[in-house]
Amino acid sequence: MSLSRHASIYWTGFAVIVGLLILAPLVLPEFWRRFLTEILIWGLLAMSSDILIGYTGMVSFGHSAFFGLGMYGAAAALLTVKPPNLWLAIVYGLAGSAAVALFVAYFSTRLRDIYFAITTLIFSQIFYVIIFTWTEVTGGENGLAFSRPGFGIPGVWTTPFTSTTLHWFVLAVVAASYLLLRRLTQSPFGMVLQSIRENEARTRAIGYPVERYKMMAVMLSGLFAGLAGVLYALQNRFAAPDFVYFVVSGEVVIFNVMGGIGTLVGPIVGAAFFLGLREGLSRLFPYLATTFNLPYLAEFPYLVPVGIIFIAMVIFMPQGLLGFAKRWLNR
Amino acid sequence: MTEPLAPAQPLVSVEGVHTYYGKSHILNGVSLKVGRGEVVGLLGRNGVGKSTTLKTIMGLINASAGRILYEGQSITGLPSHKLARIGIAYVPEDRRIFRLLTVMENLRTGLDRNGVSEAQKKQLLEKLFVYFPRLAERRNQAGGTLSGGEQQMLAIGRAMMLEPKIVLLDEPTEGLMPRMVSQIREIIQVLHKDGVAILLVEQNVPLTLAASQRIYFMEKGAVQHHAAASELSLDHPIIHKYLGV
Amino acid sequence: MVDIPWDIIIIQTVNGIVTGMILALVASGLTLIFGIMDVVNFAHGELFMLGAYMGVVTLAATGSFWLALVVATLIIAALGAALQVATLRPLLGRDPLYTILATFGISLVLQNYALWQFGPVARKIQEPFSGQFTLFYLQYPWYRILIAGLSAAMIGGLYLFLKYGRYGVWIRATTQDRVMAQAMGIPVPWVHTGVFAMGAGMAAASGVLFGPLVGVNHAMGLDWVLKAFIVVVVGGMGNLGGSIAASIFISLLEAYASIWVSPSQAIIVSSVVLILTLLFRPTGLFVPTPK
Repeated sequence: MSLSRHASIYWTGFAVIVGLLILAPLVLPEFWRRFLTEILIWGLLAMSSDILIGYTGMVSFGHSAFFGLGMYGAAAALLTVKPPNLWLAIVYGLAGSAAVALFVAYFSTRLRDIYFAITTLIFSQIFYVIIFTWTEVTGGENGLAFSRPGFGIPGVWTTPFTSTTLHWFVLAVVAASYLLLRRLTQSPFGMVLQSIRENEARTRAIGYPVERYKMMAVMLSGLFAGLAGVLYALQNRFAAPDFVYFVVSGEVVIFNVMGGIGTLVGPIVGAAFFLGLREGLSRLFPYLATTFNLPYLAEFPYLVPVGIIFIAMVIFMPQGLLGFAKRWLNR
Repeated sequence: MTEPLAPAQPLVSVEGVHTYYGKSHILNGVSLKVGRGEVVGLLGRNGVGKSTTLKTIMGLINASAGRILYEGQSITGLPSHKLARIGIAYVPEDRRIFRLLTVMENLRTGLDRNGVSEAQKKQLLEKLFVYFPRLAERRNQAGGTLSGGEQQMLAIGRAMMLEPKIVLLDEPTEGLMPRMVSQIREIIQVLHKDGVAILLVEQNVPLTLAASQRIYFMEKGAVQHHAAASELSLDHPIIHKYLGV
Repeated sequence: MVDIPWDIIIIQTVNGIVTGMILALVASGLTLIFGIMDVVNFAHGELFMLGAYMGVVTLAATGSFWLALVVATLIIAALGAALQVATLRPLLGRDPLYTILATFGISLVLQNYALWQFGPVARKIQEPFSGQFTLFYLQYPWYRILIAGLSAAMIGGLYLFLKYGRYGVWIRATTQDRVMAQAMGIPVPWVHTGVFAMGAGMAAASGVLFGPLVGVNHAMGLDWVLKAFIVVVVGGMGNLGGSIAASIFISLLEAYASIWVSPSQAIIVSSVVLILTLLFRPTGLFVPTPK
C-alpha cells in the first residue's frame, strides 16, 4: 500500500473517531458523558506515560506525581486568584508538574531500567507523603475543593462549562496533545528516543547525549501528565492525595500495556478498556449477587478479575490490544 | 554424505541441524555421528560453527531445523539439565567454572545427583584426585583463584563427576602450556579407556590427530569432509584445505 | 537542644533494631529473588500481608501462635511457588519490564482479594506471651526482642543454607552462571521456583511476627514493600549482607527521626538516604566500590 493511501486512511479514521467523540455527548446520558470525558483524560495521562515506556524504554511508576501536581497546581490557581482563571490554572498546573518532572529527571535518568522504575515509585510516594501531611497548604487527606472556571478571557467574557462543552474542551486538548506528540515521536527527536530504547549503549557510542535526551523525555512526559491532571481538576472540581498514590501510576502502566506500548493511541484504548471493564464488572457482581442470591459476591472487587486479565495479557498479549489488532488486520 | 567409517548405532547423531543468530545463518545443515566410546575430532577454522555445534547438542542453543539423537531417541529441544542427567557432559571453551564456589563445590554440582550413594561419590572423587592431584590440594579454594590450567582441569573434572557417556570438549588446550597439553591428552586417553565417548573441538591439530579415531572437517557452517585419523598426517592436503590460512 | 534525651534515644535504638530486623527479613527475601532470578517482586508486600492473615486464621483455629507462624510460612511459600510457575516462568527470557508488570498485577489481585475476603477492619494477632521489662520509663515488651532474635535466626539459617546446604550450592551456582548450572544438571527452572517460594515464606513469616505490633489489614504490605525496595537499592541489589545492614541503618534513622516528626513523614528520611545513595554510590552504600 502506498504511503499516501496509508496516510489518507489514517486521517480518515482519525476524523471519524473525533467526529464520533464530538457527537457522543449530545446523545449520551450525563453519566456516560462524564465517563467518556474521564476516558479521554486518563488516556492523555497514559499517552504521556507511553513517551517514556513505549518510545524511550523507561518504565516510570511516577506519573501519579506529575498528574497530582498538575491537579494541585490548577487547584492553587483556582483558589488563590480571583476571578478563577482557566488559563492560569493550566499554567500553574503545568508549572507544578514541570517542577516535579525536573526533580525526577535529574535524579533518575542516570539509572537503568529497574532502578529507575523503583526510584520513580519512591519519588511519587515522597510527594504523596508531603501532600498528605502538609495539611495547611494541601488540605491533607481531604484535599482541596474549588469551583470550575468559565471558558473565555476572564474579565472580558466568560461562559460557564456544561458537561458537554467541557467534554469538547477536553477532547480538543487531548486531540491536540495527541497530534503534537505524534509529530514529536516521528521527528528526529523521537527517533533518537526510540534508538535509546533499542540500544542505549550504541546510541551513546554514536555520540548522542543520552542523559539529556532522557531528561527531555521525562519533562515532556511530565508536562502532558500534568495537563491531564489539570483537566481532571477541571472536570471534578477537587484535588486529592489519592491521585498521587503510586497505585495510580501502576494503573497508568496497565493502560499502556493493555492498549499497546509505543503506539500513542494504544494507551487511550487501554484506558477505555480498563475503565470499561471496571464499570462493567462493578455492575455485574451486584447483579449476580442478587440474581443468584450470593450476597458476598456483591462486593467482589473488580480489580481481581481485571488484574488477572492484565497478568494474562502481559504473558500472552504483550503487544497489547492495538498490537494484537494490527497483527490480525495484517493477515 | 556417506560415512562408511561411522558406527552403525551411534551414541549421538546430529542430522541436518540449522541454527541462526538473529538473522545470521550459523549452522547450515550439520550432520555427524559419535559412536559409543569413540573419540571424534571436529576441526575447522575459527568461526565455522564448531563451538556452536557443541552448544546445540547440549541444548544451549536451539536448533531451528534438523534433529539430534542420543541413543536413538530425539533430544532436540530438551533443556540442558535433562541432557546432563542422561549422560551428556559439556566442557565449554572458556571453562566457565563457578568462580565463587570452591573446587569441591564445583565438583559437587556434578556429583550431587540422584541414585549416587555417598560411597560412590567418594570413589569418584578419589579417582579424580589421582589424575588431578592439584585439585585435591586446592579443594577448598575458590575456583576463581586457580590458574588457567587448573581451571581447565576443574572444568573437565566437574564434567567427569556426571559419569557421562559422552563429553563435549570445546578447545580444552586453548591458552595452556605444552606441559598441560600433554596432561589433557592423558585425560582424553583415560576417558576413552573408561568407555566414555568424546567429541573434541580443537585448534591443536597434532593433539586431535593423535587422540581421535575419526575426524570431521567443518566449513561454512556444515561438515564438509570426514576421515579416519590414521589416514591423516600433519601435512595432508585436507588439513591445509580446511585449516590452512 | 542542649539536653540529650539519652533514654529516648536508647529506646528508639531498640525500636529501630527490632523494626530493622523485620525489614531485613522482608528485604532478604526480595533481594534473594532479585539476585538469583532478576525479578523485582512487586507482590512481596502482599505475600507479607497474606502471611499475617494466614496467621490470624490459623491462630483462631488452633490457638497456637507458633503453629500459626509455621503454617502461614508454608502456605504462602506454596502460593509463591504456584504464582512463579504460573506467571513468571512463561516470562523467563523476556524483557524484565514484563516481570515487574506481572508481579504488580499479582499484587493488585492479592490485595483486593484480601480486602474482599477479610474486610477493611484490621485484625489482631495475639502475642504468644506477654511480659515486659523496664527500659527507662517504659515497660518494654519482651516479644519485640523475640522478634528481632527470630528474624536474625531465620536470616542466619538462610545464610547457612546457602553456604553449606546441597541446594544452597545449586542456588549459588545458578546465580553465578545460569547456563553452566543447567549444563551441570541443575534444574534451573525449579531452583527459581524454590527461591521464589523461600522469599515468599520469609515475607509471610515476617508478617506473622510483625502482626501483634500493628493491626493486620489488606494495605499493610504497601509500606513494607516500599521500604524494602529502598533497602534493597541502598544495600545493593542481590547483596544479602548489604540488605541487612541497610535495613538496620534505615530503620534506626527512621526511629530517631520519629522523635521529632510523625512516623509517616519518617519515610522522607529513608527517601533522602535513597537519593544520596543514588547520587553518590548507585551500586549500594554497603557494597565495596567497584574498581
